[in-house]
Amino acid sequence: MTSADFNILLPEIVLAVFAMAALMFAVYTGKDRTAPAILWATAAIFLVLALFIGINGDGAQAAFGGLFVDDAFSRFAKILILVSAAAVLVMSHDYMAKRDLLRFEYPLLVALAAVGMMVMVSAGDLLVLYMGLELQSLSLYVVASLRRDSAKSTEAGLKYFVLGALSSGLLLYGASLTYGYAGTTEFAGIIGAATAEDLPLGLLFGLVFLVSGLAFKVSAVPFHMWTPDVYEGAPTPITAFFATAPKVAAMALFARLVHDAFGGITAEWGQIVAFLSVASMFLGAVAAIGQRDIKRLMAYSSINHMGFALMGLAAGTAFGVQAMLVYMAIYVTMNVGTFAFILSMSRDGRVVTDIRALNQYSKREPLKALAVLVLMFSLAGVPPLVGFFGKFYVLRAAVDADMAWLAVAGVIASVIALFYYLRIVYYMYFGEETEALDSGMAPTQWALLMVAAAVMVLGVVNLFGIEGPAAAAASALVD
Amino acid sequence: MDNILSMITFIPLLGAAILALFLRGEDEAAQRNAKWLALIATSITFLISIFLIAQFDPSNTGFQFVEEREWLLGLTYKVGVDGISVLFVMLTTFLMPLTILACWNVTVRVKEYMIAFLVLETLMIGVFVALDLILFYLFFEGGLIPMFLIIGIWGGKDRIYASFKFFLYTFFGSVLMLVAIIAMFVDAGTTDIPTLLTHNFGSETFSLLGVQIVGGVQTLMWIAFFASFAVKMPMWPVHTWLPDAHVQAPTAGSVVLAAILLKMGGYGFLRFSLPMFPVASELLAPFVLWLSAIAIVYTSLVALAQQDMKKLIAYSSVAHMGYVTAGIFTANQQGIDGAIFQMLSHGFISGALFLCVGVIYDRMHTREIDAYGGLVNRMPAYALIFMLFTMANVGLPGTSGFIGEFLTLMGMFQANTWVAAVATTGVILSAAYALWLYRRVVMGDLIKESLRSITDMTRREKAIFAPLVAATLILGVYPSLVTDVIGPSVEALISDNRDAVAAWDGGATTVAENAVSEETGH
Repeated sequence: MTSADFNILLPEIVLAVFAMAALMFAVYTGKDRTAPAILWATAAIFLVLALFIGINGDGAQAAFGGLFVDDAFSRFAKILILVSAAAVLVMSHDYMAKRDLLRFEYPLLVALAAVGMMVMVSAGDLLVLYMGLELQSLSLYVVASLRRDSAKSTEAGLKYFVLGALSSGLLLYGASLTYGYAGTTEFAGIIGAATAEDLPLGLLFGLVFLVSGLAFKVSAVPFHMWTPDVYEGAPTPITAFFATAPKVAAMALFARLVHDAFGGITAEWGQIVAFLSVASMFLGAVAAIGQRDIKRLMAYSSINHMGFALMGLAAGTAFGVQAMLVYMAIYVTMNVGTFAFILSMSRDGRVVTDIRALNQYSKREPLKALAVLVLMFSLAGVPPLVGFFGKFYVLRAAVDADMAWLAVAGVIASVIALFYYLRIVYYMYFGEETEALDSGMAPTQWALLMVAAAVMVLGVVNLFGIEGPAAAAASALVD
Repeated sequence: MDNILSMITFIPLLGAAILALFLRGEDEAAQRNAKWLALIATSITFLISIFLIAQFDPSNTGFQFVEEREWLLGLTYKVGVDGISVLFVMLTTFLMPLTILACWNVTVRVKEYMIAFLVLETLMIGVFVALDLILFYLFFEGGLIPMFLIIGIWGGKDRIYASFKFFLYTFFGSVLMLVAIIAMFVDAGTTDIPTLLTHNFGSETFSLLGVQIVGGVQTLMWIAFFASFAVKMPMWPVHTWLPDAHVQAPTAGSVVLAAILLKMGGYGFLRFSLPMFPVASELLAPFVLWLSAIAIVYTSLVALAQQDMKKLIAYSSVAHMGYVTAGIFTANQQGIDGAIFQMLSHGFISGALFLCVGVIYDRMHTREIDAYGGLVNRMPAYALIFMLFTMANVGLPGTSGFIGEFLTLMGMFQANTWVAAVATTGVILSAAYALWLYRRVVMGDLIKESLRSITDMTRREKAIFAPLVAATLILGVYPSLVTDVIGPSVEALISDNRDAVAAWDGGATTVAENAVSEETGH
């Protein structure tokens, strides 16, 4: 019985043990000199675990009496989390090493955050959910302020911590209300209590608080305030990490909570999620127009994208979840590529984040500029690039669920958002000649940028077959 | 050759890929290679498309050369042509080698320029052959990216403003269409165009936010599609991006924009609006007819006041597209035949006119009309060719311009006499601005000092114009070359449309009768 339970948890246990063992190893040997080795080892173990989960996973199992669920949905999210975290680690090595930031704690904290995320997406109980979320969040607070000598980085960490604590409070309050009215913290029990015919008001309040707490984690409007500051203040590799894996985890957790625990009252939370979606799409589109800092711009861009992903969720159907998962997979790929490029932006070794520095980049670096162009158009959702298919999926989910107004709002927001993506292209291709950026780029960054751009172009053939697994994942979550 | 359409569509893309991957260097030899490779790729495409038209059977009103493959999300990669689309494919493949030749003098980033045009060609052909809604949308929107770059990188002084305006305007129009496409997908359960052509979209009146929507969802979808195609055409009053884009675009970009990209709007009306939403088309036809009539007169008057040659021709394009939209929504044989004919002929004529401007722009680097005068003294061959296309633009009998205008006006006259009357004044106005332009640029004495040493057209330039001259004249005296091909398909389209409208009228009366009988029953 217990050994079977632990078998289900094997990937998480391996990762946690690895993180602790590596911590001991680093402390007692070379400290930061071992950091590169630990970083590569962590990335490798992420990939191995992703592979293991992909090959080994089969059917749906629950451990510890339903507290921890292993199904197609959690596996899809875990693979996405692990692969994107590995990609971010790999591409951050060069940046960190150059700027003397490569501490051995960094890969370990990322590993612990990944454990948290894996627990989050597998949670079958409000308390497990909270445990995973806090493990993730605490690791992230620390990495955000990794650069202790920089006021901005420390400020980012502190801001993130204070607001994150607030959202955790909201979440806990929601959980306790839910417990009070449903009599259980298990999702399987809550869904029995939360039925459309007989819905206690307290349970509805609990739901609202839970959703608010999660909206903070996915940085949906109106809980987005921290995003631009944290993105800007944190070292760029950390920003890249924030923009990818934790977003997938939070989104997946969101989907699991609303479907597994509140699947009976789709109409109630559907409205809330639809509002979050519309607000995020518009704010993300409008507020980014004035940004000159590419990291802040990407922050608003991610808010906008989360709006689109929430649109899939708002539909409240299995197809909506599938659309959300496909959207997140595409979003993560685009962000990995874009951040690989942002990491390489420097002038005389100093980090540059002003988009005006990209002036006439295409003349000096035609291939890289072309890759970024592809990524920008893909982020904007212009066909025939893969970003368009992500949008197409969620729009279809919305129309399918009789939410055509949400789809119309979405496409209007996408036109507004198009403007700032176009402006980056404009600087690269039409701008005036200015001082050049450094031309060097670490091979890993170059490779990730090119792979992401190639995926955006070639994915038009069949999206690399991601549809099938996403559909299986969605049907595991929604009957 | 059972995948001939895919070959035509993707050979330019293949050429672009070869250019991008294997051609290195910025020196003169590399530039020459890039141009030659682009020319060869587009020429091969044209040659293969000749086989297409040779094997095309006009009497068959269904889709021919159909290819179908599985794609993602239950969509299919499906292409095919019928009488309406086959000639647009021909127009594209015919004009692209000429366009490549027209940019032979470009020296800035030649490789990228050629790649942009080759990619653009694939996307344009794709629009005309796609038989899956989403595939169509993919090509339709994808074309914006290369055109944005062509205007933005190789354009004139205000190219940034023009390129942004171009992109945002057309993108905004199209995303509404995307929502309608998704709604159609959900409604019909497929995005297969031949199936959708036979699908009846609901036309029962319902009320939305307190507004009665006559024609039901058809009307809403029609409006969404209209938003996209009207911007693309462009129709008054959403035409303002076109003059900016034209003026700032390089010559070859203008040619493609005027000759092919604008036709996508008209093609869209014919492929989607009219056959898929017949009831909405019937209801909103007067609206379109009057918009077109206003466009014809208003933009002709605006053209009269222009100082910039390209802007003048751009406004004249808007006016000529007015005949097309009016012709399409007359929903009768003459009107639609005329509209298609007008689109093809405008493809040759406007393309040639922009090339004419390009010829003197290359020499003098200005498009101001006032900077010219008396060119006939130094450039007799140019004067002759320019005259021919000016006359064709006016619609002189014997040129293809006449047939298109005459047929559409005849169609309009049957549909709405007043619209026809207003639109006909556009013919007079077009004569006024076109001839005045010609007089100011070409005729008179050569008094400007700067023009003293201007040279006549080179052999390359003449070679570009020769096929266009031939096409304009041949279609002008022998229009059945075109009408025989499009005729049967258009006839089928119209009869389906009439049946659908008749069924709807019938439905409306039965509802009314039921209401009456219920009342009497009480």
